[in-house]
Amino acid sequence: MDAKFISRGQLPEWLRSLAARFAVLAPARAGSSVIYRPVDPEAPPRQPELAVKPTESAKRALFPLSEALLTFVKNQPDGKPGLELRETPPPRPCLVFGLPSCDARGFLVFDPVYAGSGTAGKFQDNYYLRRREQAVLIVKTCPRPLSTCFCNWVGGGPASTEGADVLATELKDGLVLEALTGKGARVLDSALLRPAADEQLTAAAQSRAASEAAMPPPVDISGCARALRGKFDSAGFWQGHSAGCLSCGACTCLCPTCYCFDLSDEERGSRGVRLRSWDSCMLPLFTQETGGHNPRAAKAARLRNRISHKFSFYPDLHPSLPGQDGHIACCGCGRCIRSCPSAVDIRRIVTEALGTAAEGAE
Amino acid sequence: MALREQLKKMILEVLPGVDCVIGWGAGYDALHAAPLFMRAPEDVERFLSGPLGAFGAVQNPALFLPELAGKKIGLVVKGCDSRSVVQLAAENLIKREEVVIIGFPCEGVIDLHKLRNKLAAHFVVNEPGGVTAVNLAGDHLALTAGGQEYTFKRDEIMADKCPRCREPNAVISDCFAGIERRADNIADDYEDIAALERMSLEDRFRFWEQEMSRCVRCYACRNACPLCVCRDHCAGASRDPHWLTQADSTRDKFMFQLIHTLHLAGRCTGCGECQRACPLGIPVLLLKRSLGRAVEEMFDYRAGLDTEAKPPLLTFRVEERKIKEREW
Ligand code: SF4
Ligand code: SF4
Ligand code: SF4
Ligand code: SF4
Repeated sequence: MDAKFISRGQLPEWLRSLAARFAVLAPARAGSSVIYRPVDPEAPPRQPELAVKPTESAKRALFPLSEALLTFVKNQPDGKPGLELRETPPPRPCLVFGLPSCDARGFLVFDPVYAGSGTAGKFQDNYYLRRREQAVLIVKTCPRPLSTCFCNWVGGGPASTEGADVLATELKDGLVLEALTGKGARVLDSALLRPAADEQLTAAAQSRAASEAAMPPPVDISGCARALRGKFDSAGFWQGHSAGCLSCGACTCLCPTCYCFDLSDEERGSRGVRLRSWDSCMLPLFTQETGGHNPRAAKAARLRNRISHKFSFYPDLHPSLPGQDGHIACCGCGRCIRSCPSAVDIRRIVTEALGTAAEGAE
Repeated sequence: MALREQLKKMILEVLPGVDCVIGWGAGYDALHAAPLFMRAPEDVERFLSGPLGAFGAVQNPALFLPELAGKKIGLVVKGCDSRSVVQLAAENLIKREEVVIIGFPCEGVIDLHKLRNKLAAHFVVNEPGGVTAVNLAGDHLALTAGGQEYTFKRDEIMADKCPRCREPNAVISDCFAGIERRADNIADDYEDIAALERMSLEDRFRFWEQEMSRCVRCYACRNACPLCVCRDHCAGASRDPHWLTQADSTRDKFMFQLIHTLHLAGRCTGCGECQRACPLGIPVLLLKRSLGRAVEEMFDYRAGLDTEAKPPLLTFRVEERKIKEREW
């Protein structure tokens, strides 16, 4: 497939040109954080922030913080109460530039769920799927791991190409862009890019190898699904790990694999909108039932759910190769650790459940 | 005896009489501490075991008291944390006699958002998470990252609340480790608020629009606040009445901050946990400090200093000293 090179100076211009065809998101600095911001083709060109791993995940590209599923108007044809439903217009195709490989792998956790894995394909989520189908993901190799990164525990790596359409690798003066899919090749078809020279390709390959080598060796967590199942009733285990938890949604909101949502109808007069917005299993209201009962009233039960969902329930429902653990619903991005006000460490919970607490962990 | 050793000794003395003692232990890397719940003597070894020591003790352990009501709890507190305990007791949200308070002279804590900004602006390794070794010696913090060493002055990366803190020693305690730090020469000039107020109204509005636009509604700000009492009856989550939209609306996110700010007026002790907890580094403490200053000016009241005091907005005087009634 194609391999191109873009100089740093031309990068903003290229992103602007892409913004004519796509809703482009690129990492941008905002205060002490780095977020995915829309690239405005009308605004002056801006360098994306590529040196710092984005604080939030890229999931908002395919799973917005809030989206209108439909709008409705209450009317009274022939004097009888009625309801007129209107579909929302299809979204613009989206392109994410510069997401780390873990973010791209995160969508692999979304995909089966929104394609209806829970209902044998009967209920598919068109809102997600139509975005997904058109989206272009330009993954950037992570130069060095953070203290919270553990993508290689769960099958990823700093230069993983899984789920990516283009793999970008930074060199001193620009980026080597390697197309991995047809969609990817099409966005590289631009006069602003030139074919990558052999030495650039070699340098990129070396840089990727260095990134992989900088990653501490993975901890073997095979068997985690079973181990966590075994811990389900250990109140003490979960109370201990959740003692410092604030029951906020920082972990789930920033997580690239947390896909749970809430539905709400908001009405104003006779018009209204049905919204789907991010929800979080760490919040007490997540499981609050209308009758007043809450099966997960305790924060220990909620933390158990978050961890077990990722490392046990989901893999059980989404088997990978025979004889192996299923697909773990965590891509090891470490955001839930990095952004947790109480420094709750998901790795420690999983390894302790396995009885093989990693050395160096507290 | 070093401070840590003195505190450990006190914790061990308190431990048999309480359900647990809450302090800080080493977190997942050298820069991050985590709340530590000590139940057995061997847990005490982990107390402040990180290389930052008490400089890394960022979390406010008073947060956990209301949820542990009914149990006897030991609590190691910085000055600011102790004010949260006082305020909780003043509002009957906890019982004073259920808490054994261990105080120490706090010399300030790190602000990891500040460090993040500094690293991003000047250094090759641009994130706290890329730091591999930490050495705090005297007034300097040395960080090793990517094979290089970077040195910061302690003051540069200290939380803003610390240099202006008038109560670095616990205002209330059952035992106190070390010698009280002098603080009678410290004043809070509210310069951060004044600077914001020098902006035109339009600019200020744009400032907040910019800042709040990246809010993801995780509500870490709310949940980290030891005095936020509504918990699962929050105006932000209520559907009936439906105060705030679920749409991705910057104005409603800002509205939520204003609701929190008003609910905390005259109750907020300025502990700064709301801002520290925000993963996106949104400076929400400015809002709370603005009302804190107003309450201090109008009612000569600062929250969290006296368990017997009534927060001015939870009561009234027939004639307020500084509020002029209309003459008609
Ligand atoms: S684990 Fe951390 S981020 Fe998640 S809810 Fe608890 S305190 Fe918030
Ligand atoms: S659970 Fe944590 S480490 Fe795993 S994908 Fe989510 S945020 Fe990243
Ligand atoms: S509003 Fe912020 S500063 Fe005030 S008490 Fe709550 S967490 Fe502390
Ligand atoms: S902690 Fe920050 S991002 Fe989360 S709700 Fe509060 S202001 Fe918004």
